[in-house]
Amino acid sequence: MTTTQAAARTTGRIGDNAQRPDGTLKVTGEFAYASDLWHDDMVWGVTLRSPHPHARIRRIDVTEALTVPGVSAVLTADDVPGENAFGLEHADQPVLAGEFVRYEGEPVALVAADHPETARRAAGRIRVDYEVLPALTDARRALDDDAPQVHPGGNLVRHLRLRRGDPAPTAPVVVSLDFEVGMQDQAFLGPESGLAVPAEDGGVDLYVATQWLHVDQRQVCLALGMPPEKVRLTLAGVGGAFGGREDLSVHVHACLLALRTGRPVKMSYGREESFYGHVHRHPATMTYEFGAERDGTLVYARAHVLLDGGAYASSTAAVVGNAGLLGLGPYRFPSVAVDAFGVFTHNPPCGAMRGFGCVQAAFAHEALMDELAAAVGVDPVEIRRRNGVQEGDRTITGQVIDSAAPVAELLQRVADLPLPPPLPGHPDLRDLPGAVGNTTHGEGVRRGVGYSVTYKNVGFSEGFDDYSTARVRLQVTGGEAVATVHTAAAEVGQGLVTVQQQIARTELGVERVVVVPADTAVGSAGSTSASRQTYVTGGAVKAACEAVRTAVLQRAAVALGRPVAGLALDGDKVLGAGGEVLAGLADVLGDDAVEETVEWRHRPTHAVDPETGQGDAHVQFAFSAHRAVVDVDVELGLVKVVALDTAQDVGKAINPDAVVGQIHGGSAQGMGLALMEEVVVTDGHVRNPSFTDYLLPTILDVPPMQVQVLEYADPHAPYGVRGVGEPPTISSGPAVAAAVRAACGKPLRRVPIRPEHVTGTQPTAIPPRSDRP
Amino acid sequence: MDFLQPSSWDDALAVRAERPDALPIAGGTDVMVELNFDRRRPGALLDLTRIPELREWSVADEVVRLGAGVPYARVITELGNRLPGLAMAARTVGSPQIRVRGTVGGNLGSASPAGDAHPPLLAAGAEVEVASAARGTRRIPVAEFFTGVKRNALEPDELIAAVHVRTARGPQQFCKVGTRNAMVISVSAFALALHPDRQAVGTGIGSAAPTPRRAAEAEEFLAGELDWATRGPLPEGLARAFGERVAAAAAPIDDVRGTAAYRRHSLTVLARRAVTWAWDDLRRAA
Repeated sequence: MTTTQAAARTTGRIGDNAQRPDGTLKVTGEFAYASDLWHDDMVWGVTLRSPHPHARIRRIDVTEALTVPGVSAVLTADDVPGENAFGLEHADQPVLAGEFVRYEGEPVALVAADHPETARRAAGRIRVDYEVLPALTDARRALDDDAPQVHPGGNLVRHLRLRRGDPAPTAPVVVSLDFEVGMQDQAFLGPESGLAVPAEDGGVDLYVATQWLHVDQRQVCLALGMPPEKVRLTLAGVGGAFGGREDLSVHVHACLLALRTGRPVKMSYGREESFYGHVHRHPATMTYEFGAERDGTLVYARAHVLLDGGAYASSTAAVVGNAGLLGLGPYRFPSVAVDAFGVFTHNPPCGAMRGFGCVQAAFAHEALMDELAAAVGVDPVEIRRRNGVQEGDRTITGQVIDSAAPVAELLQRVADLPLPPPLPGHPDLRDLPGAVGNTTHGEGVRRGVGYSVTYKNVGFSEGFDDYSTARVRLQVTGGEAVATVHTAAAEVGQGLVTVQQQIARTELGVERVVVVPADTAVGSAGSTSASRQTYVTGGAVKAACEAVRTAVLQRAAVALGRPVAGLALDGDKVLGAGGEVLAGLADVLGDDAVEETVEWRHRPTHAVDPETGQGDAHVQFAFSAHRAVVDVDVELGLVKVVALDTAQDVGKAINPDAVVGQIHGGSAQGMGLALMEEVVVTDGHVRNPSFTDYLLPTILDVPPMQVQVLEYADPHAPYGVRGVGEPPTISSGPAVAAAVRAACGKPLRRVPIRPEHVTGTQPTAIPPRSDRP
Repeated sequence: MDFLQPSSWDDALAVRAERPDALPIAGGTDVMVELNFDRRRPGALLDLTRIPELREWSVADEVVRLGAGVPYARVITELGNRLPGLAMAARTVGSPQIRVRGTVGGNLGSASPAGDAHPPLLAAGAEVEVASAARGTRRIPVAEFFTGVKRNALEPDELIAAVHVRTARGPQQFCKVGTRNAMVISVSAFALALHPDRQAVGTGIGSAAPTPRRAAEAEEFLAGELDWATRGPLPEGLARAFGERVAAAAAPIDDVRGTAAYRRHSLTVLARRAVTWAWDDLRRAA
């Protein structure tokens, strides 16, 4: 009865470069993004936003707007049926401004009309009587006694205090610096969009581009005053996220308009509105001091980090946590004193962005490591190698690092990669700083090399109940066994759908895996952020598949009259212990479906001690190193990044192509912050809300990258995976900044580095310190 | 908003005269941005893309007559030898897609201080040919064409027909500073033309004053100091002094793209380098 033929192995498993199902559609322009959502008889919603960073709303007159033909609704704060508040961690942000507006761009009123232009014109006829109030726009003044109060209860969002070791340490070598990081934007290419459809049960179905459906649902329910079963969310096509979709944008607004008009309502921001419609990366002001032995061995660190949270809390508290708990870099420090603050101002709200607090701190600690290297006379690679943590070391919170921490190896690997050749005698303009701008033919061009090594926590930290839910079903369709995977995890372009398919193929040995659209009909998957989805939702899908496999093999054991031990699934077959085919999987399943739902958690993390910041705050750390090579025209301050090479430990590359893609993109994003990406805010006003003046690196700015992917499995993680998405964004920028400093010999204590900083045609915002060594 | 689409130049001028509220549109790379951002709501768009002669160029008596509707991509591929400065500037405009759409005539119509075509036209001493149904054709020296920030010398009933640029008799350079290496609006720009036939120098400054402008005093200074006869090596001090004079002609402001101090500083560098390259070219050609 047994056949002896070997089964063909299922392909597209973990470790394979499985092709992503959305790849061809995206390349050919056929993928349906949230901005492509359409519904017969839908109307369009637009938002009227505050022109002032801080004002009292005396009165709103919507009369004239309502008379515009085609307008079906005009809503203000009075029309919010539930609580007029939302927020990721604290519901402190009004759905529509009530008595006060607290930042430029805050939503004040909504209009629905049969055409977006009609809605915009009607919004222009809403009369808002503002009493303009003094605005707090300098975060450094936020905690002063006489500072304007953004909210009752003071301007402090969080102060993280971290103390370890000797409270009054001294060292023979002391280096210090001040550093500033500007406000970066996520600049996802698909602006905020959603479609809300009123339902017959009085509820609403919302299709929206987002990062975490269930946390959105909770907030929408609060504002609508509806239970979760009446507010159903489905993920629409997401064109990038990078943290900028963790907070609500169109969600509640579209639902309010849909429930008021009884019509489907589409809202879709343009690029300019998008700059006002989501949170940005926190600007940071930092002061760091490191003490070391004469050989460069670190003795202590002191750090003061101030993050401008803008007008509402968003995820500022958690970003402060990261900036403090991870803010000294992956180094051994016997004694530590860190104070990290997040404050309210009347600037645009800041929140999650790829790298989440570690990015800002990395610019400071990496610049200071270079200072230390220079002070003790060793090279930048050696100073980091000497002080880098290893597996078994304790972090600055006292947590033992219980999986690979290959800091020294990552550095050595990037240092050993071949360097790009020097510029030829008559270089192509495109290879020079300024490119076809024809600003140099080689005059003034100096080459610099910079190194950086950083780490990032993976998943949610500090005791957060971080879990994901997966439902996996195996049944026969069209004569073949098909696995269906259902989660609420947001695919935002990173390739999570493919990862889920690969895991199901691996665990169930089936070729055909359908990942159904993410929605709130299944339990929460947690956020697509913190480099966590392959780990956590991957873990949930793996666990659900294992449960399904166990059930299927038990059926097979009964049907085949064999013990279940030794049976396996592969190539759509049930295999015996020797790999021999015992039965077709479809035959074993017959007409029945096997379905399992699993809620999966990683190891618990713990809150840190409020006085000392000590504790096992994190579940996993991910390490990466970069080496940047730049050519700087030191007379004009223009930069050409020549090479940006990296090494990163990913634990296990589930999809190696996708891993390298994440590393390429993350590296470019970190480089962008080092050199050009900044939302310029003056007196609370955004001055460059467009891609004309918010500059992102073009293909001519992004250099070739040599990428070394290490796979040191984390024994605590499914398949040994380690989060991939954020580390390259953290270590690339400081390496680029270091390379520019090396090329031009200037301290450059602010990013983005502007030509003015290199050429000394604009004083840096921070005055020089008299106590600098 | 009406969309007017004349198919001949005469019709276009007639429509222009009838509809002073109409906004001419060629490649649309400026106009559509203005419309999309709701900065302008013209009563009509006057589409000039159906008029064949606007998309042609010709040469007579060593002067190129460049139709207002010739896109940058063709300036680069077809006029690189005759109008090298303009072609270098065209190469820095936007992305390949923008260079296929955008036109020199449109750049002049927008009259932005940051318009990339303007500095080389100033340096070459170009003339803008404009026309109206009522008064026919007139020519405006490009240095007199820019009258203010995004304002030009056109009368309400006039359209830009072409720009006349003398074929280069000597080396030309165009340099543009932006804070990334492609697709960037200039922070500052400088164009230089050496006219060895009449021992003269032409310059054009971009993004460093309310309008594109010449550095006239610097032109005269350099023309007087250059060793035109023997074409000896360019003294470093002369290049430097020229750079200082070019910067002195600018009247830049601080804005989100750059500081006034940087703009002035960058012009000293660009002008110094440009004259060095141009003079070397001239010496090599000799």
